[in-house]
Amino acid sequence: MKTRVLGRQPVGLLLSAPYAVFVAAVFAYPLGLAVWISFHKYIFTAPGVSVPRPFVGLDNYTAVLTDPAVRRSFLNILIFLLINVPLTVGLSLLLATALNAAIPFRTFFRVSFYVPYVTASVAVVGVWLFLFGSGGLVNQVLGGAAPDPSWLINGIWAMPSIAFYVTWKQLGFFILLYLAALQNVPKELYESAAVDGASRWRSFRSVTVPGVRPATTLVTLLAIITGANLFTEPYLLTNGGGPSGKSASPVLLMYQRGIEQGHPDIASAIGVLLVVAVLLIAGVQRLLERRQA
Amino acid sequence: MTRTISAPVADDVLPTGADGTVKRRGRSKWRVFALTVGALAFLFPFYYMIVGSLQARSDSSLLGALPMPGNLSLGNYREINAAIHLGRSLLNSVIFTAGVVLGTLVFGVLAGYALARLKFRGRGTLFAAVLLLQVVPFQLLVIPLYVQIVRGYGLADSYVGMILPFAINSVAVFVFRQFFLQLPVELFEAARIDGASELRVLRSVALPLVRPALLTATLLTFIGPWNEFLWPFLVTKQAGKQPLAVSLANYISTVAAAATNPYGAILAGACVLAGPAVLLFIAFQRYFVSSDLGSGVKG
Repeated sequence: MKTRVLGRQPVGLLLSAPYAVFVAAVFAYPLGLAVWISFHKYIFTAPGVSVPRPFVGLDNYTAVLTDPAVRRSFLNILIFLLINVPLTVGLSLLLATALNAAIPFRTFFRVSFYVPYVTASVAVVGVWLFLFGSGGLVNQVLGGAAPDPSWLINGIWAMPSIAFYVTWKQLGFFILLYLAALQNVPKELYESAAVDGASRWRSFRSVTVPGVRPATTLVTLLAIITGANLFTEPYLLTNGGGPSGKSASPVLLMYQRGIEQGHPDIASAIGVLLVVAVLLIAGVQRLLERRQA
Repeated sequence: MTRTISAPVADDVLPTGADGTVKRRGRSKWRVFALTVGALAFLFPFYYMIVGSLQARSDSSLLGALPMPGNLSLGNYREINAAIHLGRSLLNSVIFTAGVVLGTLVFGVLAGYALARLKFRGRGTLFAAVLLLQVVPFQLLVIPLYVQIVRGYGLADSYVGMILPFAINSVAVFVFRQFFLQLPVELFEAARIDGASELRVLRSVALPLVRPALLTATLLTFIGPWNEFLWPFLVTKQAGKQPLAVSLANYISTVAAAATNPYGAILAGACVLAGPAVLLFIAFQRYFVSSDLGSGVKG
């Protein structure tokens, strides 16, 4: 009788219980808490101490939306995405296509593309600071063409530099996704394209690109989410979103406002707005793609 | 696009004369060119990281990109070790990573198996949660988790506090479910008819069959906590509890300026942090392939 109520194999409940508890405690509850905090005046206290936390309506959101630093950080992410997403999609598809054939040293190439992806950003940031510093190797090569002030401390170049860095760092993962997708493009399509006398560029455009469109949607979405999560790079590479907030990201501001300055309510409001913005961008992107297809 | 500029360079850089490639040389030329340019751009910073970490005096000139015998030393490693205690930080990284990997594997396999092969009340709801959670971005959870774990439970500067938000991974649950779904149903039925309990079926039938997939999952899970910065950075304020990524980041943002060769010391720390992940990945690179990941992604 009992087994019927709980299903045919109630041991399944036991096996999945840790996951269910985890989901409730570490995802569902904090998710609700984030939204709740963003509508209240909230300050940090020692464990167990209770203080009044009055409902303040949209006050936190008003404060966030009128804060020029926060607005700038959202603009920065937009700049970031406009550079990062097209570059990521283009380069990873191109390299995955090149990799998807019988070529010499295939394993070597494959491994070298994944190495930045498996390495900690904190470690690689060290080399980029060295490479792109004022007297760094890149500026030595460029000579007079180097931007002044140098890349990471230049108001115009700081955010694009971060976008290039993240493109480079994450590309291996997206190449991996495209390689998986390329296995599903029917070989016959390439053969018939070749019979019809299509050039390689032409068959890339007319067979490969439409053939991997579902993967492109996934890659775009993941690149947008990665971009919205940006924290380590502005924190370390441009020394806290410098110069003067020109490369600050919303998550960096959440850290600064929420934890450094002790306003978790403001930080939660930034978080909610950020997620809404990401969902909007992802939705618009889906619409555009559907219209194209 | 690339074709027009590829012709003269590819042959200099790579010996494409190997037998199989001679016939298809024209076809593969642009590929090899694009891949070589890519590989150089991807590997050079790592080469430069190693060279820079061994320079006694930081040399950012063009010649400095080559290891100069007169300018080589291990001084940078001593410097960074004195500043952030590499051994202790590495140990913290290992504990944090091991906790996350263990939790992800054990609980992920259990939940993935239950979702794939067992019928019980609430299975549909739980699977919907798995799918839904993949779109919840971590940045929204950072503040409430900090409020909850650090301020509420008082778990600052503890391994438990560091591991907790990553102890189970919804992507892993989803991927394990896919692994178990790909096994033939008859296997499970045969084992059950023989009177094996569900746990025994999982341990003796299902797990041995998905072992290569588990290795891939372990590798992919490893790089997450090993490289993670934001969360352990928020949880640990004591230097003695910080994983290497956090202590190196603190060194970069605050201490480095005072060192005699700041870049050298940073790069030495970077090599120590990057080393284990890169070596592990190269050693097991054949498990890190698109088909395994693809089987999880395709759904």
